[in-house]
Amino acid sequence: MKILKPAVAGTLESSDVQVTVEPGNGKIELELSSSVMNQYGRQIKEKVLETLDRLEVNDARVTVVDKGALDCTIAARVECAVFRSCDASAKNLPWGGVIR
Amino acid sequence: MIPRPKPERFRLRRTMMFMNAQKPGLFKDAYIYGCDSIMLDLEDAVAENQKDAARFSLYHALKTIDYGDTEVIVRINGLDTPHWQEDIRVCVAAGADGIRIAKCESAEDVRTVEKATEEAEKEFGVEVGRTLLMAALESPKGIINAYEICSASPRMFGVAISGGDFRKCMQTVPQPDGVDMLYARGQMLVAARAAGIQCFDTVFTNLDDEEGFQAEVLQNKAMGFDGKSLINPKQIRFVHEVYAPTEKEVIQAEKIVRAVRENADKGLGVFTVDGKMIDIAFLPSAERTLRLARAYGMYEGDLV
Repeated sequence: MKILKPAVAGTLESSDVQVTVEPGNGKIELELSSSVMNQYGRQIKEKVLETLDRLEVNDARVTVVDKGALDCTIAARVECAVFRSCDASAKNLPWGGVIR
Repeated sequence: MIPRPKPERFRLRRTMMFMNAQKPGLFKDAYIYGCDSIMLDLEDAVAENQKDAARFSLYHALKTIDYGDTEVIVRINGLDTPHWQEDIRVCVAAGADGIRIAKCESAEDVRTVEKATEEAEKEFGVEVGRTLLMAALESPKGIINAYEICSASPRMFGVAISGGDFRKCMQTVPQPDGVDMLYARGQMLVAARAAGIQCFDTVFTNLDDEEGFQAEVLQNKAMGFDGKSLINPKQIRFVHEVYAPTEKEVIQAEKIVRAVRENADKGLGVFTVDGKMIDIAFLPSAERTLRLARAYGMYEGDLV
């Protein structure tokens, strides 16, 4: 998917993660901060990149502010931000397709 | 991926706890509280501009978190909103056990949701008929049409009243003796029983009023409700205590179930247990007593 415009999903509440996607400069640029950076930083980064890869997003600036979210929440917020940036988050989503 | 077992239409539902589907901090460990059902809310708890985000979070929660024996129901947005069709798609795709129809007013509303649910089941390769339905009655019209709603679909397992909206329509507020909703609760219970489905009471929202909550739960049980909608885990224990049978009732129920089965084998329809006349009509309530006892940890036998 192509990131068409900036979009945000998620909150800064405990157990959540806020993901911002913006049009990129030809590659994925990821900026990550987390309240559990030392313990889980690498795992969070992997989950974000894996989700972007699944959605075939390869050109975006991605900012992730994590507050201790589970992997399933990270995936949900990344997907929501990407679909929002394409104005495709409201209807006929590919549940069980690229969202899985 | 967590595969959920096929939903059971008539299981125990003493406690059905609402949880905001948009808040991962809440629902991620909802199964530890021990309520019978959780109701992940896509409707009023979720702000209008977060409906999409709530669906993503619902989908992944259901696919990743093992809720075990806790039933997972999703409250979808009203049929007068632009959200309900996508709500149904995500519920079915994620494998929710059931859908709660908000602001239900007619059998037609139930059939509209049923049709969209069936279409989603076909779209996502889910067994047709798997997803159960329940209706929330929130208006005078819903109460008047309670029976046609309760009997509108073989997917319907229950009906609940939603006090907040209903009391507003009726120009009243919660009363200590429940007189504000006496007629509505009664009408809904009769309709549910006539249709052979379950019936649940509304939430009690004043968490500081312990006494008021307890009085309402006792009244719910006395009126014949199957259970209650809750908004906070601390409300669960009291409801389970109230719905637990006494030891005497458990012993009596065991005797009845045994006697009915043994006598049926012998070809006897009516007989006495401890001097009381018993026939097949006593069986459902005796079995329900044993199921309630098992859920409360009082019964470990194999009769139910």
